[in-house]
Amino acid sequence: MTDAFAEIGRRPIPRVPALRGRTVATLFFENSTRTRMSFETAARRLSADTVAFSASTSSLSKGESIRDTVEVVASYGADVLVVRHAMAGTAHRVAEWTDLSVVNAGDGCHEHPTQALLDCYTVRERRGSLDGMRIAIVGDVSHSRVARSDVLAFTTLGAEVVLVAPATLLPPAIEGWPVTVAHELDPLLGDLDAIYLLRLQRERITEGLIPSLREYAADFCLTAGRVARMRSDALVLHPGPTNRGVEISAEAAADHRSVILDQVVNGVSVRMAVLFLLLGSGRQLGAVEAGDAVEVDR
Amino acid sequence: MAERERRQTPPFGGVFVSHARIMTTDDMGRAVRRMAHEVIERNHGLDDLVVVGLQTGGVPIAERLAETLADIEGLHPLVGTLDVALHRDDIGLRPVVPEAVTDLTADLDGRVVVLVDDVLFTGRTIRAALDALCDFGRPRSIQLAVMIDRGHRELPIRPDYVGKNLPTRRDEVVDVHSAGVDLGVMQK
Repeated sequence: MTDAFAEIGRRPIPRVPALRGRTVATLFFENSTRTRMSFETAARRLSADTVAFSASTSSLSKGESIRDTVEVVASYGADVLVVRHAMAGTAHRVAEWTDLSVVNAGDGCHEHPTQALLDCYTVRERRGSLDGMRIAIVGDVSHSRVARSDVLAFTTLGAEVVLVAPATLLPPAIEGWPVTVAHELDPLLGDLDAIYLLRLQRERITEGLIPSLREYAADFCLTAGRVARMRSDALVLHPGPTNRGVEISAEAAADHRSVILDQVVNGVSVRMAVLFLLLGSGRQLGAVEAGDAVEVDR
Repeated sequence: MAERERRQTPPFGGVFVSHARIMTTDDMGRAVRRMAHEVIERNHGLDDLVVVGLQTGGVPIAERLAETLADIEGLHPLVGTLDVALHRDDIGLRPVVPEAVTDLTADLDGRVVVLVDDVLFTGRTIRAALDALCDFGRPRSIQLAVMIDRGHRELPIRPDYVGKNLPTRRDEVVDVHSAGVDLGVMQK
């Protein structure tokens, strides 16, 4: 279904009147450029209005609670709330407070469902299916909501996932995850169908989780040399923003196997599909959590 | 009638029961051939012509029309497809989901567009299609070809080329498929 929305983005006038008169509110209690712009672009391509809220310039700094903020935005006539917050479970809580549709645009270290959808769509666009693929997710898995959502989405669609990270950057309770774990990247490179590099959050060094950026890069950075050892049909993904020279080198990001910019383009199409399913399709969906979100894309 | 409308259009949701075969495959072939001649006559040839089939029911008919035009004139017109789900005026009133991808690569500026659908009923699909086409350029003219005109228009829209005029009751259903055209009803 996302294909139909991707086509709209290629039209001379990339806009359809599907959600005319509807309002999409973006409530970003945590900073973001691309996710917010992606959702707002998606809303505008469907002719919906957007109301933006950002924590730094709002009454939140005057001590207003999230619940009050949600109620105020809802009474401005929003039809769907796109919520990002640094605390896990915020979108879920918001959905309990309101009858409006709520889309989780990232909650702390928990989940980032629309990112997982666009990652799956990007891989499927290039390779037809994820079934049987071997995908490595490399880097700071412990603090990554992208990794959590992607593990769920990739394995649901039949891929085999291997997490590659130093032990300090893996979450403590990983036994229940449907994944295998490796601490070295080099031996795996040759038989990967795709490699997913997570952003290394630089503040992690100050927590002492890695010795230094250089040492991390030496073991885990996707350099030109490493990308050359990957299969010719392998894919390189990254959720952005990239730290060049830390988790990926400039050469690897520019390699023909890199689909990082495709991910950005597809993000808009996937979010159009999510917004349309919630507001325009006549289907009744509640909060779009990762599990449902994968269903949505099928 | 497109499969998705068969499933989703209230109050028709259910199983289609045919009462009468209105056209056979041969009848449809003859109707397409006549319409092709009318298209050529009216436009003095096929210059600048684009045949656009509406997803999903109009697409096979548009392809047959384009092939027939090519047989007659020796020149294959450009063919495209259009899904109007996101331009409909009943979004939110009934389940509307785009199921097919629009494929309209031709620049429509200054061209003659022949829109093709299987059944013309209320005219609302065509209204949505006219709206959608405007986003692809400014055609010199837009003409409408339909296999079946069953009446009951709700908008001021009329076809330029008609396979067959078929008087119907509002609750009847016209089913255009590869083996012909059936008139019947939906049974729950």
